[in-house]
Amino acid sequence: MKKKVLSVLLAVSMIGAMLAGCGSASEQAAAPVAEETAPAKEEAPAEEAAPAEEAAPAEESGAAGEGTFALVTKSAGNPYNEREAAGFEEAMKAMGYSDSQIIIRHPESATADAQITTINELIAQNVSAIAIAANDQDALQPVCEQAASQGIKIISLDSTLNAASRLTHVNQAGTQIIGQTLMDAVKDLAGGEGQWAILSATSQASNQNAWIAAMKEVMEGEDYAGLELVEVAYGDDEYQKSVDQTQALLTNYPDLKVICAPTTVGIMAAAGVLQDKGSAVKLTGLGLPSEMADYIGTDNVCPYMYLWNPIDVGRLGAYTSVALVNGDITGAAGETFTAGEMGGYEIVEASDGGTEIIVGPPFAFTPDNIDEWKSVY
Amino acid sequence: MEKKKFDWKKITGSREMSLVIVLIVLCLFVQIRNSSFLTSETLEDMFRNYAVIFILALGMMCVLLTGGIDISIGSTLAFSGMAAGLVMRDYMIPTPVSFLLSMAIGAGLGLVVGMIITKGKVPPIVCTLGFMNIYRGLTYLIAKSQWVAAYQFTDSFKNFALTKYLGFGLVNNMIAVTIYCYIIFFVVMKWTTIGRRVYAVGSNVEAAAVSGINIGHVKIGVYTLMGFLCGLGGALWTSLYKSAQGDMATGIEMDVIAACVVGGVSLTGGRGSVVGVFLGSLTIAIIGKALPLIGVSQFWQSAIKGLIILVAVILNVLAQRTMDKNNLRRREM
Repeated sequence: MKKKVLSVLLAVSMIGAMLAGCGSASEQAAAPVAEETAPAKEEAPAEEAAPAEEAAPAEESGAAGEGTFALVTKSAGNPYNEREAAGFEEAMKAMGYSDSQIIIRHPESATADAQITTINELIAQNVSAIAIAANDQDALQPVCEQAASQGIKIISLDSTLNAASRLTHVNQAGTQIIGQTLMDAVKDLAGGEGQWAILSATSQASNQNAWIAAMKEVMEGEDYAGLELVEVAYGDDEYQKSVDQTQALLTNYPDLKVICAPTTVGIMAAAGVLQDKGSAVKLTGLGLPSEMADYIGTDNVCPYMYLWNPIDVGRLGAYTSVALVNGDITGAAGETFTAGEMGGYEIVEASDGGTEIIVGPPFAFTPDNIDEWKSVY
Repeated sequence: MEKKKFDWKKITGSREMSLVIVLIVLCLFVQIRNSSFLTSETLEDMFRNYAVIFILALGMMCVLLTGGIDISIGSTLAFSGMAAGLVMRDYMIPTPVSFLLSMAIGAGLGLVVGMIITKGKVPPIVCTLGFMNIYRGLTYLIAKSQWVAAYQFTDSFKNFALTKYLGFGLVNNMIAVTIYCYIIFFVVMKWTTIGRRVYAVGSNVEAAAVSGINIGHVKIGVYTLMGFLCGLGGALWTSLYKSAQGDMATGIEMDVIAACVVGGVSLTGGRGSVVGVFLGSLTIAIIGKALPLIGVSQFWQSAIKGLIILVAVILNVLAQRTMDKNNLRRREM
């Protein structure tokens, strides 16, 4: 008898937790009771509710257009991905789509496996288009091809899928121009010559590898002959590992002048290490202004760094998805379309044989403008 | 003369000694490859960066001693560190308050885990697997998937990990906290009834129950303690890295459990020592700190890490077996 009561209570609390998870983020109190049901609901409560109601509202809101549009980010718990999602959602709403037509998914971890699971779920929901910030260039190909065979429009943004898996790619900034910009920063901070190192994320991250390759290419030019790239270290976008790798770089190369970290976690970890040690090594790379505000300054560890606006990446991802679904574009090079208030964009050839749309050049965060940007993202 | 010889044998045959030898070999090897390893600066960095693992390993040892396991520690650490970080961001509380808050939250989370394991009769690995996800999810929820950034912490909090006032000016605060924890645990586990009860529960539950130990209380106690240390770890972590992230300390449970196992703590309970845990944690710390210094590719580093752990555990087991055999032989005579 007692057991029965207990199991009923457990079941009730489980349902309670699920409702709380779907309904509103503020009702966290119920969640700890139900052990294994809660985790799935941890992110963005609206996304759980969306697929269930998807069928009905989609037919009613004829004004804005039909279909459901999904965004799959790299992983949960990273402010950068949140901003990207916010931009996507904002642009979709600006085009008149309703909440139930927008699905945003943050996988549990930054792996291809997690994204494959997520994409399979989206295929089952029969969405119209999926925009993916790929965790692995090639591993997602089978699942993307399966989605494409069912008429789902697949694009990548931020981090690219391989050319065969995507219709087009929303590139935050051209790979070449990022390589050029970062190399110029490295050269400037090193004073023209000397040793420098790269602190990257994982060794498989497609965007990281493309930028590193672009930097190496730029470095072959005569202007950069005095610079010596001593090591490319991988911090796996884990804080502790990035710190260990940074400290190892400082120990192994006493003459190091500059560290370039083209990843938001890496640059922050490196900044902390350099500041703690009072090191003379300078830091630049790609970082989130809010996280780096403490370290950016003329005499500080990071004189300046770059990033693009992740909100714009998300926005353009939304406009591109809609244009593809509406048949305005097919993803071939040379096509043009208008992305709402962002203006006109042209699809161009990408270096990997596919096509891409470039959002704009990277933006420099300097001691002068960091205070206004740190509260934005 | 007789006596001296006996002592020598006892020392070389002990489990701790086999680990010390592995560590010495490891350190020498790294030192040959890179002479900057055994310098005070590198070693201080190492103890500072791995203070959290050292401290968590103590709590994990107690959990393992009772025959349990706790894989929710990374999430507990993240939740308490994040919660304290958010309060600091919004209300600029003093550093000690932030630490106490984090520890209190951690202890609370640990208490919930302990209650469910004990009262609900749920296997520890299943229960903590659930809570690993629950607490991680709640961490993202309370933080709204944001990070607490360096400029949002008070200076005194950020300087905690850089200054030495708790270590009487000799050692860094992070290291001082670690040392205090180890002294307290060493004394409590060896010479107090509380410590002996934990061992008793893990060695033989029935015997412990018959002797009047409240098994439930001991178990709830160790999980609460584990949570408390996670709370402490959360505060130390955020202070050290000057940032609270939702995904911080993901996977740390594996390093902590590895530290315990390498240090000779039995996964079936009842066996393990504070000294062993210290050496086990030291092994993990040296591996993490030294491998980037020896100049091999990172893919090799992961493989080497696994290999060293395996070798350390095998040597440990062999030493234990020799010790048991010797004990048995002595009894026969």
